[in-house]
Amino acid sequence: MSEEGIREGQFFINGDEACAEGAISAGCRFFAGYPITPATEIAERMSRRLPEIGGVYVQMEDEIASMNAILGASWAGVKAMTSTSGPGFSLMMENLGLGVMLETPCVVVNVQRAGPSTGLPTSVGQGDMMQAKWGSHGVYEIIAIVPSSPQEMFDFTITAFNLSEKYRVPVLLMADETVGHMSEKVVMRRVAPEELVQRRRPTAPPGKYWPYQPDSDLVPPMAIAGEGYRFHVTGLTHDERGYPEMTAAAQERLVRRLVDKIRLNRKDIINYEEVGTEDAEVVVCAYGITARVARRAVQQARDEGIRAGLLRLITVWPFAEDRVRELSQQVKAFVVPEINYGQIVLEVERCAGGRAKTLLLPHMGGGMHQPQTILEGIREALR
Amino acid sequence: MPHIWCAGCGIGSAVGCFIRAIDRTGLNADKMALVSGIGCSGRAAGYVRLDSFHTTHGRAIPFATGLKLANPELNVVVFSGEGDLASIGGNHLIHAARRNIDMTVICINNFNYGMTGGQLGPTTPLDARSATSPYGNYEPPFNLPRLVAAAGATFVARWTVFHLRQLERCIAEALVKPGFSFVEVIAHCPTAYGRLNKQGQGVDGLRYYKEKSVVRNGADPSEADIGMSGPILVGKFIDIERPTFWNNYMQVSNKAQKK
Repeated sequence: MSEEGIREGQFFINGDEACAEGAISAGCRFFAGYPITPATEIAERMSRRLPEIGGVYVQMEDEIASMNAILGASWAGVKAMTSTSGPGFSLMMENLGLGVMLETPCVVVNVQRAGPSTGLPTSVGQGDMMQAKWGSHGVYEIIAIVPSSPQEMFDFTITAFNLSEKYRVPVLLMADETVGHMSEKVVMRRVAPEELVQRRRPTAPPGKYWPYQPDSDLVPPMAIAGEGYRFHVTGLTHDERGYPEMTAAAQERLVRRLVDKIRLNRKDIINYEEVGTEDAEVVVCAYGITARVARRAVQQARDEGIRAGLLRLITVWPFAEDRVRELSQQVKAFVVPEINYGQIVLEVERCAGGRAKTLLLPHMGGGMHQPQTILEGIREALR
Repeated sequence: MPHIWCAGCGIGSAVGCFIRAIDRTGLNADKMALVSGIGCSGRAAGYVRLDSFHTTHGRAIPFATGLKLANPELNVVVFSGEGDLASIGGNHLIHAARRNIDMTVICINNFNYGMTGGQLGPTTPLDARSATSPYGNYEPPFNLPRLVAAAGATFVARWTVFHLRQLERCIAEALVKPGFSFVEVIAHCPTAYGRLNKQGQGVDGLRYYKEKSVVRNGADPSEADIGMSGPILVGKFIDIERPTFWNNYMQVSNKAQKK
């Protein structure tokens, strides 16, 4: 451990624990949460680690309170995170919208389990992918990243904080139970200060500063409470000064910017990994734990002489639509295995635009696909 | 200043008391943050020159908890209504009191949801008429001082908007008091609740509070129930010492850091 209490080196830990350590390496010093399987280990790790490095851990009365507490902490200038699973994620939705509206950097981790309702609390699911995009009411755009391993739970938590600070938006880390609970080698590297993005601060003095006057990238600089700016922010539709302006014109201006600051910067935000797509006639599009199963299936298909490739989504929202469109001009089919009954496949299908066939391989949760199932899907897609 | 409150509404008087109370304490307003929820009282955050947050319905207290714990130097105040704080936000209210988070909660109680047109709320007295109790309310109300005192608040008081001097002094005291302070402000709502219950205009409300209020500092909050026709017990009911969340957390954190 370094002097500041940040862990470095190689560890054999599970994904949830790696996520907590990634948060600490990213500079997160405030965690509010509520116990829920399979995300509890994140909270447990934070409750042990934050007090020893001068951060704050608070167990709130529910997930609604947890979400609000991290928004408040962020406005006090501290990087903040909460973690949960499906039922808690649903409870956070209204105030995720508040985070979007106030443009509050923070990270929300959802270690997905099988639903609906209480479902299979201790088993894997990927059923919250559309909720991540549409779960809060109204019109908005969000960033969601999906890790496939404990190592990525560490790395992508740092990425999530960086994106949230850069774009002033809550960033969702959409993990799943398998990735959260599996233990693997995790390399916790020293993160250089210049690798960590800090929210842009106002340069205008108090009195001249408008909380929602954006810079050219559509992101406004952010004041924090207690600095003398005496700013006002509201969940109501507001003008650049931060005060309510309840007109269709103000709504148009504000909401368009909230969405466009993500959409127009999507090239900077979107990340994915490709294996064997250069000459592929069929591409498996997968994410999370399912992408690891798909990788095996793609290899097996190659062994059989099928020109198969893998498009592993790392950023799921905003969706990698430009890349899927490109691939749709090259491949005969997309195969989309998901631990749900078809969510991301809808996006793939939309972007394929009828140029390539799209085959969903659904799994209702509680377990994962077998490589064989995906391999059969690849064969079937080419038939 | 243009504002959204109706003629005769009591909320503005309470905001005035809050602002004068800040002056009275001499606290640095740059280090103060005001958090409101949703409803008529929730709009207070937009009318003060402080770092101010107009959040979602019921969630001002957990938002304020995050602000306070992430920067303990901030003096954090929650200003909202009884529907916001004690109905949809009731869980947060009792848990913040239990944790003894160092914040001041100013709760305007006008016995109804004014902004949505006068529906019954968590403190609407039995038999009172509202937009959703047209034959009279059949739900017993919360006695808020009793509720928060039982949950662990270290400062609990109630005044009406007739008692402006007392209220101002009381809020000033609450602002400097460490721990969870709760000030209930009984206010009239002539437009909605008052009209439905034939209580007259704003000035009639003030007259009613003058006649029906009984000042009893140190009273047991269990005696502070409010019925349709009074009396209204007012005063400072609770003023005790208890370690705050931060006091306890610092001890634990110091122990963890020495390890």
